Amino acid sequence: MPEQLLTYALILAKLGLIFFVILTLAAYLVLAERKILARMQLRYGPNRVGPFGMLQPLSDLIKLLTKEDFLPATADKWLFLIAPGLSAVTALLTFAVVPFGPPLEIFGQTLPLVVIDLNIGVLYFLGLSSLAVYGMALGGWASNSKYALLGSIRGLAQLISYELALGLSLVPVVMMARSFSLTEIVMAQAQIPYLLLNPPAFLIFLISVVAESKRIPFDLPEAENELVAGFHTEYSGMRFGLFFVGEYINLIILGAMITVFFLGGWHGPYLPGVVWFSLKVLAICFFFIWVRASLPRLRYDQLMHFGWKLLLPLALLNVLVTGAVLLWIG
Amino acid sequence: MSATLMFYILGAIAVIATLLAITRRNPVHAVIYLVNSFFALALLFYLLGAPLVAAWEVIIYAGAIMVLFLFIIMMLELAPGGETDRYGPNWVKWVPILLLAGALGACTLLLTSLDPTTADGVPRWYASPRDFGYALFKEYALAVEIVSFQLLFAAVGAFYVGKPESKRKGRGGEA
Amino acid sequence: MHLWRDLRGTLQPFWVTLRNMFRKPVTIQYPEQRREPPPRYRARLILTRDPDGQERCVACHLCSAACPVDCISMQATEAEDGRRYAAWFRINFSRCIFCGLCTEACPTLAIQVTNDFELAGRDPLKLVYEKEDLLVDHCGQEPDYNFYRQAGIGVAAPRGSNPTETPPVDVKDLLP
Repeated sequence: MPEQLLTYALILAKLGLIFFVILTLAAYLVLAERKILARMQLRYGPNRVGPFGMLQPLSDLIKLLTKEDFLPATADKWLFLIAPGLSAVTALLTFAVVPFGPPLEIFGQTLPLVVIDLNIGVLYFLGLSSLAVYGMALGGWASNSKYALLGSIRGLAQLISYELALGLSLVPVVMMARSFSLTEIVMAQAQIPYLLLNPPAFLIFLISVVAESKRIPFDLPEAENELVAGFHTEYSGMRFGLFFVGEYINLIILGAMITVFFLGGWHGPYLPGVVWFSLKVLAICFFFIWVRASLPRLRYDQLMHFGWKLLLPLALLNVLVTGAVLLWIG
Repeated sequence: MSATLMFYILGAIAVIATLLAITRRNPVHAVIYLVNSFFALALLFYLLGAPLVAAWEVIIYAGAIMVLFLFIIMMLELAPGGETDRYGPNWVKWVPILLLAGALGACTLLLTSLDPTTADGVPRWYASPRDFGYALFKEYALAVEIVSFQLLFAAVGAFYVGKPESKRKGRGGEA
Repeated sequence: MHLWRDLRGTLQPFWVTLRNMFRKPVTIQYPEQRREPPPRYRARLILTRDPDGQERCVACHLCSAACPVDCISMQATEAEDGRRYAAWFRINFSRCIFCGLCTEACPTLAIQVTNDFELAGRDPLKLVYEKEDLLVDHCGQEPDYNFYRQAGIGVAAPRGSNPTETPPVDVKDLLP
């Protein structure tokens, strides 16, 4: 029994640590994004609150908490109130299966650095990522505003167009690792990361993931200059904050997923595994910010054409070719 | 908690949620109840030792098909307007969904805290993704092929029906 | 398929943004660094004096007539020597749109714009400037111009009694 208690305590400790790290990282990712975007546009970005603007997330939090929580008169009240929570929770839950380091030796027992190592981790990620759209869709619908509704419809259409490619681009990874467990997928990349073994799958996954994160060039649901703010037009205060934080948590999760599936997870020379993992995730996050600074927004129909007519056939072809090669090798 | 009791609870949730779904006047609310029912079904599959089917249930039904439903409902503006409560949320209206979702959450926690292979009261056998794949593509390969052919016919038919009238005739004339 | 063009169009922006990241930002950090506005910048209005040190304003109301937002008001009065001036002169800077039409309307070049743009405040009433706030001790942008030198001060002495004038004819008198 004491051993079981220790296991539970370790799981709780890991949960708390991950929660804290993720939320802090998300807050500072907002700051990093603003600063990097600013430097790419020859500006300085926030630099007034604290040294180099390091306290900006804190002041943002205070601002969001003290603002009025506005509830539109004709909104579907309950859905309106619940939607931001849905969006943030689905983003947070995904991190339960991400292995962020090699198993650790503590108190004479091995401690895997992952909250729960589900043997269907890939499917867990896919399921949660497809559920993440509900917060956005229901929030936009419940607002009873035309911009929010348009944002929701676009979000749903976008999800349908990229999700198949997202799932199919992971099939070669599962075939090569011969497992649905994220830990085993990382283990299988000890020598060569799948980025080098299967670059097409990486590219398809990367593009789908940018669409999943609802960021430029696929930020149709919240296109500021067409739809005001899209699905969260009517939100204010901390409810908007939840949507916002959820988006950045999602960014970290997707970075972690790219790292796990294609960049070899915690594997890397000289440095400890956790450091390698964090470095890779941060590099992917920088890439996302870089994409936002560089590319324009796609049109609604362009995204659907791209998803259905280009990404999906490519992903299918990639599955076939990878399967053939694996069979040939034996 | 024994698996049998859990099975009946989950089954009750699925049935009640589906009943509520088909009696709602607001289609978006109906979709939410239906998603709830799918979750209960997914948990049932997990309880019966088929985590892969449970995951597919969530990904395909709750994640894709219901999203498609929502998309159509929003596109066609099927939701009745003007029936929303004016001042603050109406708590009574949302008791059922909260109860269902709460029960589902509790079941999920209980289920995931048990190890499906060893825990007491849970079926001893357990279908791993590999077993599932072998069963699907070896034992029932013919059935899978027939179903996939049917889906292919459906897709071709959808393409044909979905094509604009003018283009269809133009092609026919050329041929 | 314009594959090559599309690929280039997608990848080139990445290089551009990356290059810009290492260039010096063009932002001016305002309260610490300031930029001197151009001399003809249109911001706070002033009432200038002529080279003799007297008020240029003759209270003709042309500026307040020209003002599109009606933020200028004044009351005209006359000194003992016939020189007109404004008894009070008021510009409401919380309404002023800094269009400069008043300066174009002014016949005596009294009202002029300056490049002092820092006119922010929390109390709108503090932005209502009276004559004491507006009047300055210099000639502004026109150091030589003196309206009364050109036009003469108004008719202080009775008509016909000035040095070069003959007395006016009395049309009701029959005498030659």
